[in-house]
Amino acid sequence: MKPSPELRSAAAGLAVNGLLVLGAAIALAPLLWMVSVSFMRPGEADSFPPPLLPRAPSLAAYRDLFAHHGMGRYFANSLFLASAATALSLLFNVMAGYAFAKLRFAGRDRVFQFLLGALIIPGQVAMIPLFLMLKALGLVNNFGGVLIPAAAGVFGIFLVRQYALSIPDELLEAARVDGAGEFRIFRSIVLPALAPIMVTLATFSFLAAWNDFMWPLIVLSDDRLYTLPVALASLAREHVQDSELMMAGAVVTVLPVLLLFVVLQRYYIRGLLAGSVKG
Amino acid sequence: MRGGGAGWAFVAPALAIIGVFFFAPVAAAFALSLTDFDIYALADLRNIRFVGLGNYGELLANPLFWQAVGNTLYFVILGVPLSICASLGAALLLDSRLARFKAFFRTALFAPVVTTLVATAVIWRYLLHTRYGLIDAAMGAIGVAPIDWLGDPRWAMPAIVLFAVWKNFGYNMIIFLAGLQTIPEDLYEAARIDGASAARRLWHVTLPSLAPVILLVSLLTFAGYLQLFAEPYVMTQGGPARSTVSVLYFMYEQGFKWWNLGMASAVAFLLFALMLAVSMVQLAVARRRGVA
Repeated sequence: MKPSPELRSAAAGLAVNGLLVLGAAIALAPLLWMVSVSFMRPGEADSFPPPLLPRAPSLAAYRDLFAHHGMGRYFANSLFLASAATALSLLFNVMAGYAFAKLRFAGRDRVFQFLLGALIIPGQVAMIPLFLMLKALGLVNNFGGVLIPAAAGVFGIFLVRQYALSIPDELLEAARVDGAGEFRIFRSIVLPALAPIMVTLATFSFLAAWNDFMWPLIVLSDDRLYTLPVALASLAREHVQDSELMMAGAVVTVLPVLLLFVVLQRYYIRGLLAGSVKG
Repeated sequence: MRGGGAGWAFVAPALAIIGVFFFAPVAAAFALSLTDFDIYALADLRNIRFVGLGNYGELLANPLFWQAVGNTLYFVILGVPLSICASLGAALLLDSRLARFKAFFRTALFAPVVTTLVATAVIWRYLLHTRYGLIDAAMGAIGVAPIDWLGDPRWAMPAIVLFAVWKNFGYNMIIFLAGLQTIPEDLYEAARIDGASAARRLWHVTLPSLAPVILLVSLLTFAGYLQLFAEPYVMTQGGPARSTVSVLYFMYEQGFKWWNLGMASAVAFLLFALMLAVSMVQLAVARRRGVA
């Protein structure tokens, strides 16, 4: 006898939701474990079998991290660099993205196509000469060297351009007829219209700068200038045994971006889709 | 033409930055790869010599470089299909009409993508620990012998693949989810009327409709995975026995550990060539199947 359709759909529902619970558990377990271990006492995590929860939650690892390993400074460095990179990226990419969408100038479309074509060149190809260039300019081991490549990018310009295409031309023309200059139009009409995509771009730029590793690792050699990921990688190479300390460091590094994402995920996901579905 | 001068004024700052700090270095990288620029040249530029394609010849004759290429291809060939299957599976589950709490599950599954790679690599290094790690403990609970994940040259790269799949599958999941939502409902309805089972609908309706998205996702994922660097840097430092040295890790060592900047530039161009070659192969396969 065949099972009834109701029973089959109930079983299918159970399977789908069961698998989703399993998937979510796998995705979140390492992060939850990180938080749990960060509250253990020194050495507690290194026992067998590995404990899941702290016996008596303690802030010892965090205190050690901020008091003896300069975590406060790395946090401030990361916050400053990610904020500055976001501000620069907004400034340059929004202007360029708007112009590529709405202002007519000779060679516009050819320049834009050329920029898009350049997306296939991996950033690492430029790294070594860029390092030498910044060294000549005195920007190695300097925040300026970290910020420069983040200041403008093809992806950011593309993101803003696609959104700016939807601004009605009549709106801009009307303002021109009224005698408004291009910069005034940009400030009073374009920027408000682009606000949603600016939130998207800001979220992307902030997360990318906060999470970036290879370039700050190359540019920054003085450990007082380290960002959180560079400091964490260097700590991880020195303090292999201190699980609690390392997990507390991971919490401090991950938590801000995770919170930012949870608050702004609508904007972030829009950018992700715009970036992958070209056209 | 209206707004002509203004247009250039608006794009000039961004173009100047991209031109000076991206295009010029890319061109310079090629020139640099034809020289023996090393630590002596760093001290005094008069020590540079032009060596033609010498760096490329040396690399192609260097077994350590080929090992790095092999390691990277191993990571990519294992990691990309696994990632794409995980992403597609998660997207199909989230797209199902039977799924509940979709917003929560979507956020939870996506969370690893936004986390800091270095921090999660540190977490996974502890999870993969032979003695105190949860993964071996969980395997022990079901009677599987512990594996020295990061200490055994045979297991270190598969362990990094597991980590990379966990970290990245949410990204493509979102792209697949958007693709799934554009498949017209009547296609499924027609298949249902024809008596097609769920599995056949997946095979004959969902996957063919999704083919262009799958192509796009695999192009992006291959390109991303060929740039493997931070994972081995944090988790294994290229070891054990150089089994996790990737091409980019090799470039970093050549350039910023030994200061062979000419040689490192040649490595960067060979990686670029490898990325182009892999993309060409995928596009050729897709064209033959009528996708692109």
